[in-house]
Amino acid sequence: MNRKLFKGGTVVDVLRRKVSKADVLVEEGFILAVEPSIDASDAEVINCDGLFIVPGLIDMHAHLREPGEEHKEDIGTGTSAAIHGGYVAVVSMPNTNPPCDNRSVVEYILRRSKEEDKAEVLPCGTITKGRKGLELAELSDMHEGGAVAFSDDGSWVQHSGVMRRALEYTKFFNGLIISHPEDSTLTHMGLANESALTTKLGLRGMPVAAETIAIFRDLELARLTGGRLHIAHVSSKDSIELIKRAKEAGIKVTAEVTPHHLLFDETKLVDYDSNYKVNPPLRSAEDREALLDALKEGIIDVIATDHAPHADFEKMDEFNAAPFGMIWLDFAFPVLYQSLVTSGRLDLIKLVENMSLKPAKILGLEKLGAIEKGYRASFFAFNPETEVKIDREFIKSRAYNTPLYNFKVKGKIEWTLKDGKIYRH
Amino acid sequence: MEMQIKRKDLLGLEDLTREEIEIILNTAKSMREILDRPIKKVPTLKGKTVVNMFFEPSTRTQSSFDLAAKRLSADTVSVSTKGSAVQKGESLLDTLLNIDAMKADAFIVRHWASGAPHFLAKHTEAAVINAGDGTHEHPTQALLDMLTMEDRFGKIEGLRVLIVGDILHSRVARSNIFGLKKMGAHVTLAGPPTLLPEYFKELGVEICYDIDEAVKDKDVIMALRIQKERLEEAYFPSIREYRKYFGITRERLKRASKNAVIMHPGPVNWGVELDFDLIQERESLILDQVTNGVAIRMAVLYLFIRGEKAHE
Repeated sequence: MNRKLFKGGTVVDVLRRKVSKADVLVEEGFILAVEPSIDASDAEVINCDGLFIVPGLIDMHAHLREPGEEHKEDIGTGTSAAIHGGYVAVVSMPNTNPPCDNRSVVEYILRRSKEEDKAEVLPCGTITKGRKGLELAELSDMHEGGAVAFSDDGSWVQHSGVMRRALEYTKFFNGLIISHPEDSTLTHMGLANESALTTKLGLRGMPVAAETIAIFRDLELARLTGGRLHIAHVSSKDSIELIKRAKEAGIKVTAEVTPHHLLFDETKLVDYDSNYKVNPPLRSAEDREALLDALKEGIIDVIATDHAPHADFEKMDEFNAAPFGMIWLDFAFPVLYQSLVTSGRLDLIKLVENMSLKPAKILGLEKLGAIEKGYRASFFAFNPETEVKIDREFIKSRAYNTPLYNFKVKGKIEWTLKDGKIYRH
Repeated sequence: MEMQIKRKDLLGLEDLTREEIEIILNTAKSMREILDRPIKKVPTLKGKTVVNMFFEPSTRTQSSFDLAAKRLSADTVSVSTKGSAVQKGESLLDTLLNIDAMKADAFIVRHWASGAPHFLAKHTEAAVINAGDGTHEHPTQALLDMLTMEDRFGKIEGLRVLIVGDILHSRVARSNIFGLKKMGAHVTLAGPPTLLPEYFKELGVEICYDIDEAVKDKDVIMALRIQKERLEEAYFPSIREYRKYFGITRERLKRASKNAVIMHPGPVNWGVELDFDLIQERESLILDQVTNGVAIRMAVLYLFIRGEKAHE
């Protein structure tokens, strides 16, 4: 019998909202017991003194680039980065080549995920065929094949009628529609937030209104249809107001924020460092503060990384030419812990639940996202005292497009356990 | 005053102090004396290598920099989009690093992307001189504009300058705003609201959408080129309507002060942003700007190319 006893750690219990010393006994990929003190003579004992035992993280938004753009990342490198960063499951966005717009691509991704045997990949299918925004993809068939959600991520479904049908049609299997809220007629050739600062810098603006217009329409369609809507990468204060009102009105909506929108604002662009070029763009300091407040208040449900790997030759270029996005999977948790928890701006339970339990619930993942008897044995050990350097050796992702490259962060993920299997780092 | 600037690159006038701008303007005045000599060449930068990297078409700026370098006896090399490996897809950074490996002392960079010279400056020890980056800055243009104004009016402090046109996309406007404000001039911007967003107010300038009003009491009226591409993006309805409401026309200039001078960074769309016959009737400094351009660029090359020879 393969039993493991994790002894002496401090368990982050997101269900009871407490952080306390406890032992965790694991058998056959499931949690058998979580008690203040467990003795199990037949179990392999793993000493967890000085470590936080944290539920395995779930990323609702990552770009693993396979199939089609394996020079940036593939399912192997992406899930290595994920497991290294404490993630046990990652939703892969469908803007691949070919796009994940039918069951065969969904099944391919799941097969590759199984082969790699690291963090589990949860495929997100497109909403429309070819991600073109015109005709619905085979949503139910993809769902049956294992797609956990649908999104045309990278593009908003500009056609209101098509978006309405998507939200309506997926109701019979309780599907989840993820909106990339961006009215692209307002962001054409845009590079940065539209503001006095970026106007001065000569960077073409993408106004907040491009996001709020899209969110408002999608909320109205969710109201009309009763469909389940999730808003990706919310970036502005005004967007939060819309989501807050929709939630109060009982519309079925959830929302996510990225680590970069919580940590950085547009003032980072003054050096034209393309590592800060993201979509939606970094906005004002006021927006950044509002996003953190919205996370605390539960208006925003989830921290999702929007992990967007790019090859060096693509990102090391003039600002206009560089693609949007930065990587996160390897180090999102330690960086957020240091920047938000250590500084006292967010409590540990809140940070963890936004990255584990809440995404599990939205995605309908059973027995995942908490350390609890009967749950899947998926959690990780976090040492808040050890410093790590985010360098080429540390990063398991194929890409290293991050403004934090070569920065040091206090907090190391010692190992990640996924369904009872331990991955030491 | 010690005529020295202690920075590696000239990326924009936003970064410079008033003192640094004054050093450049004063140095340019001595350089202009060289241009009036029968032998227009001095050995100041002999043995130095200046690389022109122009990734956007340019007549005035490129020839002006090239001539400035040659007047100072520097060796010059040009890399442009056409006929270089850039056409084969070589990246901007690789282009720089390869030329840099041939031991250049200064790179003159013109690029369609804002921030491109800033990006390159981090990767070379050589001086990087911004010759116009996207819609951001064009520092030597603003410096030559200021030199021209100083020549004409004796000082820049207190001058009332109107800049008219596509401010949003103009690197000339931004550099002039930064430079003129630092030198104590009053700057007013005018143009259609689509091309002159209110964000510019934060730069400490006045914004005016009524040109008839704006031209009154100004010492300098600077028109900017209106690009026809802006039509396609619906920034304004037609060339005809642009000229009617925002063009510097003969009729309109009757409201301006008799002493007001006309400037334009070129190339001019005659009859759109500026009436051609105006330059016969009014004092235009457009060609003085061009002459001063060479002097300013000589000064910039002299001050930013370090090494003992440059400071002898």
